[in-house]
Amino acid sequence: MLEVKDLEVYYGAIHAVKGISLKVDDGQIVTLIGSNGAGKSTTLHTISGLIKPKSGSISFDGQELVGVPAHDIVGRGLVQVPEGRHVFSNMSVMENLDMGAYLRNDKDGIARDKEKVFELFPRLFERKGQMAGTLSGGEQQMLAMGRALMSRPRVLLLDEPSMGLAPLLVKEIFSIIKTINDEGTTVLLVEQNANMALSIADHAYVLETGRIVLSGTAAELAASEAVRKAYLGG
Amino acid sequence: MNSLVKADIRKLGIAAVLFAAIYGMLETEIIGAFWELNLVLIMINIILATSLNMINGYTGQFSIGHAGFFAIGAYMGAIMTVKLGYDMPVALIVGTISAGIVGFLVGLPTLRLNGDYLAIATLGLGEIIRICILNIEYVGGASGLMGIPRLTTFPMAFWIMVAILFFIKNFKNSAYGRACLAIRENEIAADTMGIDTTRYKVMAFTLGASFAGTAGVLFSHYFFIAHPASFTFMRSFDILTMVVLGGLGSMTGSVTGAIVLTFISAALSDFPEWRMLIYSVAMIVLMLYRPQGLFGDKELSLQMIRSLKMGGKKNDD
Repeated sequence: MLEVKDLEVYYGAIHAVKGISLKVDDGQIVTLIGSNGAGKSTTLHTISGLIKPKSGSISFDGQELVGVPAHDIVGRGLVQVPEGRHVFSNMSVMENLDMGAYLRNDKDGIARDKEKVFELFPRLFERKGQMAGTLSGGEQQMLAMGRALMSRPRVLLLDEPSMGLAPLLVKEIFSIIKTINDEGTTVLLVEQNANMALSIADHAYVLETGRIVLSGTAAELAASEAVRKAYLGG
Repeated sequence: MNSLVKADIRKLGIAAVLFAAIYGMLETEIIGAFWELNLVLIMINIILATSLNMINGYTGQFSIGHAGFFAIGAYMGAIMTVKLGYDMPVALIVGTISAGIVGFLVGLPTLRLNGDYLAIATLGLGEIIRICILNIEYVGGASGLMGIPRLTTFPMAFWIMVAILFFIKNFKNSAYGRACLAIRENEIAADTMGIDTTRYKVMAFTLGASFAGTAGVLFSHYFFIAHPASFTFMRSFDILTMVVLGGLGSMTGSVTGAIVLTFISAALSDFPEWRMLIYSVAMIVLMLYRPQGLFGDKELSLQMIRSLKMGGKKNDD
Protein backbone atom coordinates (compact mmCIF):
# COMPACT_ATOMS: atom_id res chain seq x y z
CA MET A 1 0.00 0.00 0.00
CA LEU A 2 2.91 2.33 0.77
CA GLU A 3 6.11 1.91 -1.17
CA VAL A 4 9.28 3.98 -0.97
CA LYS A 5 11.92 3.59 -3.67
CA ASP A 6 15.50 4.86 -3.74
CA LEU A 7 14.79 7.83 -1.53
CA GLU A 8 17.59 10.41 -1.30
CA VAL A 9 17.25 13.31 1.12
CA TYR A 10 19.68 16.13 1.80
CA TYR A 11 19.73 18.81 4.49
CA GLY A 12 21.74 21.43 2.62
CA ALA A 13 25.02 19.64 1.98
CA ILE A 14 24.36 16.83 4.43
CA HIS A 15 23.29 13.59 2.84
CA ALA A 16 20.83 12.27 5.42
CA VAL A 17 19.05 9.49 3.57
CA LYS A 18 21.05 7.53 0.99
CA GLY A 19 18.77 5.50 -1.19
CA ILE A 20 16.21 3.92 1.10
CA SER A 21 13.58 1.55 -0.28
CA LEU A 22 10.87 0.03 1.85
CA LYS A 23 7.38 -1.39 1.66
CA VAL A 24 4.42 -1.30 4.01
CA ASP A 25 1.56 -3.71 3.29
CA ASP A 26 -2.04 -3.21 4.27
CA GLY A 27 -2.74 -4.06 7.91
CA GLN A 28 0.89 -4.45 8.95
CA ILE A 29 3.02 -2.82 11.57
CA VAL A 30 6.34 -1.98 9.99
CA THR A 31 9.14 -0.52 12.04
CA LEU A 32 12.28 1.41 11.21
CA ILE A 33 14.88 0.99 13.91
CA GLY A 34 18.35 2.39 14.28
CA SER A 35 20.41 4.71 16.42
CA ASN A 36 20.47 8.52 16.51
CA GLY A 37 21.12 10.14 13.17
CA ALA A 38 20.39 7.02 11.15
CA GLY A 39 17.77 8.90 9.11
CA LYS A 40 14.64 7.30 10.54
CA SER A 41 12.76 10.50 11.31
CA THR A 42 13.95 12.10 8.08
CA THR A 43 12.45 9.21 6.13
CA LEU A 44 9.16 9.63 7.99
CA HIS A 45 9.08 13.41 7.47
CA THR A 46 9.72 12.89 3.78
CA ILE A 47 6.84 10.43 3.51
CA SER A 48 4.48 12.85 5.23
CA GLY A 49 5.57 15.71 2.96
CA LEU A 50 7.32 17.93 5.53
CA ILE A 51 10.65 17.53 3.70
CA LYS A 52 11.19 17.31 -0.05
CA PRO A 53 13.48 14.51 -1.24
CA LYS A 54 16.21 15.09 -3.79
CA SER A 55 15.20 12.00 -5.72
CA GLY A 56 13.29 8.77 -5.37
CA SER A 57 9.63 7.98 -5.24
CA ILE A 58 6.97 7.40 -2.60
CA SER A 59 3.80 5.76 -3.79
CA PHE A 60 0.64 5.32 -1.78
CA ASP A 61 -2.03 3.12 -3.35
CA GLY A 62 -0.25 3.59 -6.64
CA GLN A 63 -0.24 7.38 -6.43
CA GLU A 64 2.96 9.38 -6.28
CA LEU A 65 3.34 11.40 -3.04
CA VAL A 66 6.56 13.27 -3.79
CA GLY A 67 5.65 16.89 -4.44
CA VAL A 68 2.23 16.64 -2.79
CA PRO A 69 1.97 19.22 0.04
CA ALA A 70 1.80 17.93 3.62
CA HIS A 71 -1.81 18.92 4.23
CA ASP A 72 -2.98 17.02 1.14
CA ILE A 73 -1.18 13.90 2.25
CA VAL A 74 -3.15 13.98 5.51
CA GLY A 75 -6.33 14.14 3.47
CA ARG A 76 -5.32 10.97 1.65
CA GLY A 77 -5.07 9.02 4.89
CA LEU A 78 -1.38 9.15 5.81
CA VAL A 79 -1.16 10.83 9.18
CA GLN A 80 1.97 11.49 11.18
CA VAL A 81 2.30 11.75 14.94
CA PRO A 82 5.36 14.00 15.12
CA GLU A 83 8.28 13.29 17.41
CA GLY A 84 8.11 15.25 20.64
CA ARG A 85 4.32 15.09 20.39
CA HIS A 86 3.51 18.68 19.40
CA VAL A 87 0.14 18.91 21.07
CA PHE A 88 -1.65 22.27 21.07
CA SER A 89 -0.61 23.24 24.62
CA ASN A 90 -3.10 26.02 25.14
CA MET A 91 -6.07 24.00 24.01
CA SER A 92 -7.97 21.45 26.05
CA VAL A 93 -7.78 17.72 25.38
CA MET A 94 -11.20 17.90 23.73
CA GLU A 95 -10.16 20.79 21.49
CA ASN A 96 -7.02 18.93 20.46
CA LEU A 97 -9.13 15.98 19.39
CA ASP A 98 -11.45 18.33 17.50
CA MET A 99 -8.41 19.67 15.66
CA GLY A 100 -7.61 16.13 14.58
CA ALA A 101 -10.95 16.02 12.80
CA TYR A 102 -10.15 19.27 10.99
CA LEU A 103 -10.62 17.81 7.52
CA ARG A 104 -13.86 16.00 8.34
CA ASN A 105 -17.44 17.19 8.16
CA ASP A 106 -19.41 14.22 9.48
CA LYS A 107 -20.46 15.30 12.97
CA ASP A 108 -21.81 11.89 14.00
CA GLY A 109 -18.72 10.07 12.80
CA ILE A 110 -16.50 12.53 14.65
CA ALA A 111 -18.46 12.00 17.88
CA ARG A 112 -18.22 8.22 17.47
CA ASP A 113 -14.49 8.34 16.80
CA LYS A 114 -14.00 10.53 19.83
CA GLU A 115 -15.65 7.87 21.96
CA LYS A 116 -13.38 5.28 20.39
CA VAL A 117 -10.33 7.35 21.24
CA PHE A 118 -11.53 7.65 24.82
CA GLU A 119 -12.00 3.87 24.93
CA LEU A 120 -8.42 3.41 23.77
CA PHE A 121 -7.12 6.07 26.14
CA PRO A 122 -9.38 6.18 29.21
CA ARG A 123 -6.91 8.53 30.82
CA LEU A 124 -7.66 11.18 28.21
CA PHE A 125 -11.33 10.99 29.11
CA GLU A 126 -10.50 11.78 32.74
CA ARG A 127 -8.60 14.83 31.57
CA LYS A 128 -10.79 15.95 28.70
CA GLY A 129 -11.20 19.53 29.91
CA GLN A 130 -7.57 19.99 30.92
CA MET A 131 -5.11 22.11 28.93
CA ALA A 132 -2.91 19.79 26.87
CA GLY A 133 0.25 21.58 27.99
CA THR A 134 -0.36 20.50 31.60
CA LEU A 135 -0.56 16.79 30.79
CA SER A 136 2.31 14.44 31.59
CA GLY A 137 4.60 13.28 28.78
CA GLY A 138 2.82 9.95 28.43
CA GLU A 139 -0.58 11.56 28.36
CA GLN A 140 0.60 14.02 25.72
CA GLN A 141 1.81 11.10 23.61
CA MET A 142 -1.61 9.48 24.00
CA LEU A 143 -3.28 12.73 23.03
CA ALA A 144 -1.08 13.14 19.97
CA MET A 145 -1.97 9.62 18.89
CA GLY A 146 -5.65 10.10 19.66
CA ARG A 147 -5.64 13.34 17.72
CA ALA A 148 -4.10 11.61 14.72
CA LEU A 149 -6.72 8.84 14.92
CA MET A 150 -9.46 11.48 14.74
CA SER A 151 -8.55 12.10 11.13
CA ARG A 152 -9.30 8.44 10.34
CA PRO A 153 -5.87 7.54 9.03
CA ARG A 154 -5.33 4.50 6.87
CA VAL A 155 -1.66 4.58 7.70
CA LEU A 156 -0.45 6.00 11.00
CA LEU A 157 3.14 7.25 11.01
CA LEU A 158 4.53 7.19 14.53
CA ASP A 159 7.80 8.98 15.30
CA GLU A 160 9.48 7.73 18.48
CA PRO A 161 6.37 7.27 20.60
CA SER A 162 8.50 5.97 23.48
CA MET A 163 10.71 9.06 23.67
CA GLY A 164 11.16 10.32 27.22
CA LEU A 165 8.61 8.00 28.76
CA ALA A 166 8.88 5.72 31.79
CA PRO A 167 9.23 2.00 30.94
CA LEU A 168 5.77 1.17 32.25
CA LEU A 169 4.21 3.83 30.06
CA VAL A 170 6.19 2.67 27.06
CA LYS A 171 4.63 -0.76 27.50
CA GLU A 172 1.18 0.74 27.68
CA ILE A 173 1.71 2.87 24.58
CA PHE A 174 2.97 -0.09 22.59
CA SER A 175 0.06 -2.29 23.56
CA ILE A 176 -2.24 0.50 22.38
CA ILE A 177 -0.39 0.69 19.07
CA LYS A 178 -1.01 -3.02 18.70
CA THR A 179 -4.73 -2.49 19.43
CA ILE A 180 -4.96 0.32 16.89
CA ASN A 181 -3.37 -1.96 14.33
CA ASP A 182 -5.71 -4.85 15.21
CA GLU A 183 -8.63 -2.55 14.49
CA GLY A 184 -7.42 -2.09 10.95
CA THR A 185 -4.99 0.83 10.83
CA THR A 186 -1.65 0.19 9.18
CA VAL A 187 1.27 1.51 11.22
CA LEU A 188 4.72 2.69 10.24
CA LEU A 189 6.70 3.00 13.43
CA VAL A 190 10.04 4.72 13.90
CA GLU A 191 11.78 3.72 17.11
CA GLN A 192 15.05 3.70 18.98
CA ASN A 193 13.65 1.20 21.42
CA ALA A 194 14.26 -1.75 19.11
CA ASN A 195 13.18 -4.36 21.65
CA MET A 196 9.70 -2.96 22.06
CA ALA A 197 9.32 -2.14 18.38
CA LEU A 198 10.27 -5.66 17.26
CA SER A 199 7.90 -7.19 19.79
CA ILE A 200 4.82 -5.78 18.06
CA ALA A 201 5.96 -5.36 14.44
CA ASP A 202 5.40 -7.63 11.48
CA HIS A 203 8.30 -6.40 9.43
CA ALA A 204 11.36 -4.36 10.30
CA TYR A 205 14.14 -2.36 8.67
CA VAL A 206 17.40 -1.49 10.38
CA LEU A 207 18.88 1.86 9.38
CA GLU A 208 22.45 3.00 9.79
CA THR A 209 23.77 6.39 8.62
CA GLY A 210 21.10 6.80 5.98
CA ARG A 211 21.11 3.26 4.59
CA ILE A 212 19.09 0.14 5.22
CA VAL A 213 21.56 -2.44 6.48
CA LEU A 214 19.15 -5.22 7.38
CA SER A 215 15.54 -6.07 6.81
CA GLY A 216 13.22 -8.97 7.44
CA THR A 217 10.32 -10.09 9.55
CA ALA A 218 10.42 -8.79 13.08
CA ALA A 219 10.92 -12.28 14.44
CA GLU A 220 13.92 -12.88 12.18
CA LEU A 221 15.55 -9.63 13.16
CA ALA A 222 14.90 -10.12 16.85
CA ALA A 223 16.68 -13.48 16.55
CA SER A 224 19.55 -12.16 14.42
CA GLU A 225 22.90 -12.06 16.10
CA ALA A 226 23.94 -8.74 14.56
CA VAL A 227 20.81 -6.91 15.63
CA ARG A 228 20.96 -8.32 19.13
CA LYS A 229 24.53 -7.17 19.53
CA ALA A 230 23.97 -3.72 18.14
CA TYR A 231 20.54 -2.75 19.40
CA LEU A 232 19.15 -5.20 21.90
CA GLY A 233 21.94 -5.15 24.42
CA GLY A 234 23.51 -8.55 23.87
CA MET B 1 -33.51 32.86 15.78
CA ASN B 2 -30.18 31.35 16.64
CA SER B 3 -28.30 32.59 19.64
CA LEU B 4 -25.26 33.77 17.68
CA VAL B 5 -27.37 36.09 15.56
CA LYS B 6 -29.08 37.35 18.70
CA ALA B 7 -25.73 38.10 20.30
CA ASP B 8 -24.62 39.94 17.17
CA ILE B 9 -27.78 42.04 17.11
CA ARG B 10 -27.22 42.90 20.75
CA LYS B 11 -23.65 43.98 20.01
CA LEU B 12 -24.86 46.03 17.08
CA GLY B 13 -27.41 47.64 19.41
CA ILE B 14 -24.67 48.55 21.86
CA ALA B 15 -22.65 50.06 18.99
CA ALA B 16 -25.68 52.11 17.90
CA VAL B 17 -26.24 53.45 21.43
CA LEU B 18 -22.56 54.32 21.74
CA PHE B 19 -22.68 56.02 18.37
CA ALA B 20 -25.78 58.05 19.30
CA ALA B 21 -24.21 59.13 22.58
CA ILE B 22 -20.92 60.28 21.03
CA TYR B 23 -22.59 61.81 18.02
CA GLY B 24 -24.97 63.72 20.27
CA MET B 25 -22.06 65.09 22.26
CA LEU B 26 -20.27 66.10 19.07
CA GLU B 27 -23.32 67.89 17.67
CA THR B 28 -23.99 69.76 20.91
CA GLU B 29 -20.26 70.52 21.09
CA ILE B 30 -19.80 68.97 24.50
CA ILE B 31 -16.86 67.29 22.79
CA GLY B 32 -14.75 69.98 21.15
CA ALA B 33 -12.81 69.94 17.90
CA PHE B 34 -9.61 68.67 19.51
CA TRP B 35 -11.23 65.60 21.00
CA GLU B 36 -13.30 64.99 17.89
CA LEU B 37 -10.07 64.71 15.95
CA ASN B 38 -8.73 62.31 18.53
CA LEU B 39 -11.91 60.26 18.44
CA VAL B 40 -11.44 59.72 14.73
CA LEU B 41 -7.80 58.92 15.36
CA ILE B 42 -8.83 56.37 17.98
CA MET B 43 -11.09 54.67 15.49
CA ILE B 44 -8.36 54.57 12.85
CA ASN B 45 -5.99 53.14 15.43
CA ILE B 46 -8.56 50.55 16.45
CA ILE B 47 -8.77 49.38 12.84
CA LEU B 48 -4.97 49.28 12.60
CA ALA B 49 -4.51 47.44 15.89
CA THR B 50 -7.22 44.84 15.37
CA SER B 51 -6.04 44.15 11.82
CA LEU B 52 -2.45 43.72 12.99
CA ASN B 53 -3.79 41.45 15.71
CA MET B 54 -5.14 39.12 13.03
CA ILE B 55 -1.58 38.60 11.82
CA ASN B 56 0.42 38.81 15.05
CA GLY B 57 -2.18 37.67 17.54
CA TYR B 58 -4.29 35.03 15.83
CA THR B 59 -1.84 33.56 13.39
CA GLY B 60 1.31 34.17 15.42
CA GLN B 61 3.30 35.68 12.55
CA PHE B 62 5.40 38.52 13.87
CA SER B 63 4.87 41.38 11.42
CA ILE B 64 6.08 44.90 12.16
CA GLY B 65 5.56 46.61 8.83
CA HIS B 66 1.94 47.61 9.25
CA ALA B 67 2.63 51.29 8.58
CA GLY B 68 3.56 50.34 5.03
CA PHE B 69 0.08 49.03 4.26
CA PHE B 70 -1.42 51.98 6.09
CA ALA B 71 0.60 54.25 3.77
CA ILE B 72 -0.51 52.42 0.63
CA GLY B 73 -4.15 52.90 1.62
CA ALA B 74 -3.61 56.56 2.48
CA TYR B 75 -1.90 57.35 -0.83
CA MET B 76 -4.00 55.19 -3.13
CA GLY B 77 -7.16 56.67 -1.62
CA ALA B 78 -5.82 60.19 -2.01
CA ILE B 79 -4.80 59.57 -5.63
CA MET B 80 -8.37 58.48 -6.33
CA THR B 81 -9.96 61.61 -4.88
CA VAL B 82 -7.33 64.29 -5.56
CA LYS B 83 -5.81 63.19 -8.85
CA LEU B 84 -8.59 61.25 -10.48
CA GLY B 85 -11.60 62.98 -8.97
CA TYR B 86 -13.47 59.96 -7.68
CA ASP B 87 -15.68 59.82 -4.58
CA MET B 88 -14.87 58.50 -1.14
CA PRO B 89 -16.39 55.02 -1.66
CA VAL B 90 -14.11 54.44 -4.64
CA ALA B 91 -11.13 55.70 -2.64
CA LEU B 92 -11.99 53.32 0.22
CA ILE B 93 -12.36 50.33 -2.07
CA VAL B 94 -9.20 51.05 -4.07
CA GLY B 95 -7.16 51.80 -0.93
CA THR B 96 -8.30 48.60 0.73
CA ILE B 97 -7.77 46.38 -2.27
CA SER B 98 -4.39 47.77 -3.25
CA ALA B 99 -3.03 47.33 0.27
CA GLY B 100 -4.44 43.81 0.20
CA ILE B 101 -2.76 43.01 -3.11
CA VAL B 102 0.61 44.23 -1.88
CA GLY B 103 0.06 42.22 1.32
CA PHE B 104 -0.67 39.12 -0.70
CA LEU B 105 2.33 39.51 -3.02
CA VAL B 106 4.67 40.19 -0.13
CA GLY B 107 3.10 37.56 2.11
CA LEU B 108 3.64 34.68 -0.28
CA PRO B 109 7.44 34.70 -0.09
CA THR B 110 8.00 36.24 3.37
CA LEU B 111 5.61 34.03 5.32
CA ARG B 112 7.96 31.14 4.72
CA LEU B 113 10.20 32.89 7.24
CA ASN B 114 9.74 32.45 10.96
CA GLY B 115 9.98 34.62 14.03
CA ASP B 116 12.82 37.12 13.95
CA TYR B 117 13.39 36.73 10.22
CA LEU B 118 9.81 37.56 9.37
CA ALA B 119 9.94 40.55 11.72
CA ILE B 120 13.02 41.92 9.95
CA ALA B 121 11.56 41.27 6.49
CA THR B 122 8.31 43.07 7.31
CA LEU B 123 10.18 45.92 8.98
CA GLY B 124 12.21 46.31 5.81
CA LEU B 125 9.10 46.13 3.70
CA GLY B 126 7.43 48.97 5.60
CA GLU B 127 10.49 51.14 5.04
CA ILE B 128 10.73 50.20 1.35
CA ILE B 129 7.15 51.31 0.79
CA ARG B 130 7.77 54.59 2.58
CA ILE B 131 10.99 55.32 0.68
CA CYS B 132 9.34 54.50 -2.64
CA ILE B 133 6.58 56.97 -1.87
CA LEU B 134 9.17 59.54 -0.80
CA ASN B 135 10.68 59.38 -4.28
CA ILE B 136 7.55 59.42 -6.41
CA GLU B 137 7.00 62.99 -7.59
CA TYR B 138 3.47 62.19 -8.73
CA VAL B 139 2.34 61.92 -5.10
CA GLY B 140 4.35 64.89 -3.88
CA GLY B 141 7.56 63.16 -2.83
CA ALA B 142 9.01 64.39 0.43
CA SER B 143 6.57 67.23 0.83
CA GLY B 144 3.61 64.88 0.82
CA LEU B 145 0.37 64.78 -1.09
CA MET B 146 -1.54 67.92 -0.15
CA GLY B 147 -5.00 69.29 -0.72
CA ILE B 148 -6.89 66.12 0.13
CA PRO B 149 -10.53 66.97 0.84
CA ARG B 150 -11.85 66.07 4.29
CA LEU B 151 -14.24 63.36 3.24
CA THR B 152 -13.91 61.23 6.35
CA THR B 153 -16.68 61.99 8.79
CA PHE B 154 -17.19 60.69 12.29
CA PRO B 155 -20.19 58.50 11.37
CA MET B 156 -18.32 57.05 8.39
CA ALA B 157 -15.25 56.17 10.45
CA PHE B 158 -17.40 54.75 13.22
CA TRP B 159 -19.47 52.42 11.07
CA ILE B 160 -16.54 51.25 8.97
CA MET B 161 -14.76 50.43 12.21
CA VAL B 162 -17.79 48.53 13.49
CA ALA B 163 -18.05 46.58 10.23
CA ILE B 164 -14.37 45.62 10.37
CA LEU B 165 -14.62 44.62 14.02
CA PHE B 166 -17.57 42.37 13.20
CA PHE B 167 -15.67 40.84 10.33
CA ILE B 168 -12.62 40.14 12.47
CA LYS B 169 -14.71 38.73 15.31
CA ASN B 170 -16.47 36.34 12.94
CA PHE B 171 -13.21 35.46 11.24
CA LYS B 172 -11.73 34.38 14.57
CA ASN B 173 -14.70 32.11 15.26
CA SER B 174 -14.78 30.62 11.77
CA ALA B 175 -12.98 27.51 10.52
CA TYR B 176 -10.41 29.85 8.93
CA GLY B 177 -9.78 31.61 12.21
CA ARG B 178 -9.42 28.34 14.08
CA ALA B 179 -6.91 27.16 11.51
CA CYS B 180 -4.95 30.37 12.15
CA LEU B 181 -5.06 29.80 15.91
CA ALA B 182 -3.80 26.25 15.39
CA ILE B 183 -0.88 27.58 13.36
CA ARG B 184 -0.04 30.00 16.16
CA GLU B 185 -0.21 27.23 18.76
CA ASN B 186 1.95 24.75 16.86
CA GLU B 187 2.74 24.97 13.21
CA ILE B 188 4.08 21.43 12.87
CA ALA B 189 1.03 19.96 14.53
CA ALA B 190 -1.25 22.10 12.37
CA ASP B 191 0.54 20.81 9.30
CA THR B 192 0.11 17.20 10.37
CA MET B 193 -3.62 17.84 10.98
CA GLY B 194 -4.06 18.64 7.32
CA ILE B 195 -4.10 22.43 7.59
CA ASP B 196 -2.59 24.24 4.61
CA THR B 197 -0.48 26.50 6.81
CA THR B 198 0.88 28.74 4.04
CA ARG B 199 -2.60 29.44 2.74
CA TYR B 200 -3.95 30.56 6.10
CA LYS B 201 -0.90 32.62 6.96
CA VAL B 202 -1.15 34.45 3.64
CA MET B 203 -4.90 34.85 4.13
CA ALA B 204 -4.53 36.46 7.54
CA PHE B 205 -1.70 38.64 6.28
CA THR B 206 -3.67 39.81 3.25
CA LEU B 207 -6.80 40.59 5.25
CA GLY B 208 -4.79 42.43 7.90
CA ALA B 209 -3.01 44.46 5.21
CA SER B 210 -6.31 45.34 3.49
CA PHE B 211 -7.84 46.72 6.66
CA ALA B 212 -4.71 48.75 7.31
CA GLY B 213 -5.32 50.17 3.82
CA THR B 214 -8.88 51.09 4.78
CA ALA B 215 -7.55 52.87 7.84
CA GLY B 216 -5.09 54.71 5.61
CA VAL B 217 -7.84 56.07 3.36
CA LEU B 218 -9.78 57.30 6.40
CA PHE B 219 -6.60 58.84 7.78
CA SER B 220 -5.52 60.83 4.73
CA HIS B 221 -9.06 62.08 4.13
CA TYR B 222 -9.36 63.37 7.65
CA PHE B 223 -6.03 65.14 8.03
CA PHE B 224 -5.96 66.77 4.54
CA ILE B 225 -2.50 65.40 3.80
CA ALA B 226 -0.63 62.17 3.19
CA HIS B 227 2.97 62.65 4.24
CA PRO B 228 5.75 60.03 4.24
CA ALA B 229 6.72 61.06 7.78
CA SER B 230 3.39 59.71 9.05
CA PHE B 231 4.32 56.22 7.99
CA THR B 232 7.73 55.58 9.50
CA PHE B 233 8.55 52.43 11.41
CA MET B 234 7.65 54.33 14.59
CA ARG B 235 4.05 54.12 13.42
CA SER B 236 4.38 50.36 13.02
CA PHE B 237 5.72 50.15 16.54
CA ASP B 238 2.89 52.30 17.87
CA ILE B 239 0.38 49.87 16.39
CA LEU B 240 2.29 46.89 17.69
CA THR B 241 2.41 48.46 21.15
CA MET B 242 -1.37 48.75 21.16
CA VAL B 243 -1.76 45.10 20.26
CA VAL B 244 0.76 43.90 22.83
CA LEU B 245 -0.67 46.14 25.54
CA GLY B 246 -4.15 44.72 25.01
CA GLY B 247 -2.89 41.17 24.72
CA LEU B 248 -1.82 39.33 21.56
CA GLY B 249 -4.76 37.40 20.19
CA SER B 250 -7.49 39.39 21.92
CA MET B 251 -9.56 41.64 19.66
CA THR B 252 -11.12 43.51 22.54
CA GLY B 253 -7.58 43.81 23.92
CA SER B 254 -6.41 45.53 20.73
CA VAL B 255 -9.40 47.87 20.87
CA THR B 256 -8.59 48.75 24.48
CA GLY B 257 -4.91 49.19 23.68
CA ALA B 258 -5.73 51.53 20.80
CA ILE B 259 -8.10 53.60 22.92
CA VAL B 260 -5.78 53.83 25.93
CA LEU B 261 -2.62 54.70 24.02
CA THR B 262 -4.27 57.19 21.67
CA PHE B 263 -5.95 58.81 24.64
CA ILE B 264 -2.69 59.03 26.58
CA SER B 265 -0.81 60.61 23.71
CA ALA B 266 -3.66 63.08 23.12
CA ALA B 267 -3.84 64.02 26.78
CA LEU B 268 -0.09 64.56 26.81
CA SER B 269 -0.01 66.53 23.57
CA ASP B 270 1.13 69.64 25.45
CA PHE B 271 4.14 67.74 26.79
CA PRO B 272 5.34 65.74 23.82
CA GLU B 273 8.62 64.92 25.53
CA TRP B 274 6.72 63.21 28.36
CA ARG B 275 4.73 61.07 26.04
CA MET B 276 7.49 58.64 25.14
CA LEU B 277 8.59 58.44 28.77
CA ILE B 278 5.12 57.50 30.00
CA TYR B 279 4.72 55.10 27.11
CA SER B 280 7.91 53.30 28.01
CA VAL B 281 7.21 53.19 31.73
CA ALA B 282 3.74 51.81 31.01
CA MET B 283 5.23 49.11 28.79
CA ILE B 284 7.89 48.15 31.32
CA VAL B 285 5.36 47.89 34.13
CA LEU B 286 3.06 45.85 31.91
CA MET B 287 5.78 43.43 30.84
CA LEU B 288 6.84 42.93 34.44
CA TYR B 289 3.42 42.30 35.90
CA ARG B 290 1.35 41.13 32.97
CA PRO B 291 3.57 39.89 30.14
CA GLN B 292 0.58 38.44 28.28
CA GLY B 293 -0.99 41.92 27.94
CA LEU B 294 -4.08 43.29 29.64
CA PHE B 295 -6.42 40.52 28.52
CA GLY B 296 -4.01 37.78 27.46
CA ASP B 297 -5.71 36.11 24.53
CA LYS B 298 -9.14 36.25 26.16
CA GLU B 299 -11.92 38.48 24.92
CA LEU B 300 -13.57 41.02 27.16
CA SER B 301 -17.25 40.22 27.43
CA LEU B 302 -20.13 40.61 29.82
CA GLN B 303 -19.68 36.99 30.79
CA MET B 304 -16.06 37.60 31.72
CA ILE B 305 -17.10 40.45 34.02
CA ARG B 306 -19.81 38.27 35.50
CA SER B 307 -17.44 35.41 36.17
CA LEU B 308 -14.96 37.82 37.76
CA LYS B 309 -17.68 38.74 40.22
CA MET B 310 -18.33 35.06 40.85
CA GLY B 311 -14.78 34.74 42.13
CA GLY B 312 -12.37 34.95 39.27
CA LYS B 313 -13.22 31.69 37.57
CA LYS B 314 -12.08 31.78 33.97
CA ASN B 315 -14.60 31.62 31.18
CA ASP B 316 -13.66 31.48 27.56
CA ASP B 317 -16.91 32.63 26.00
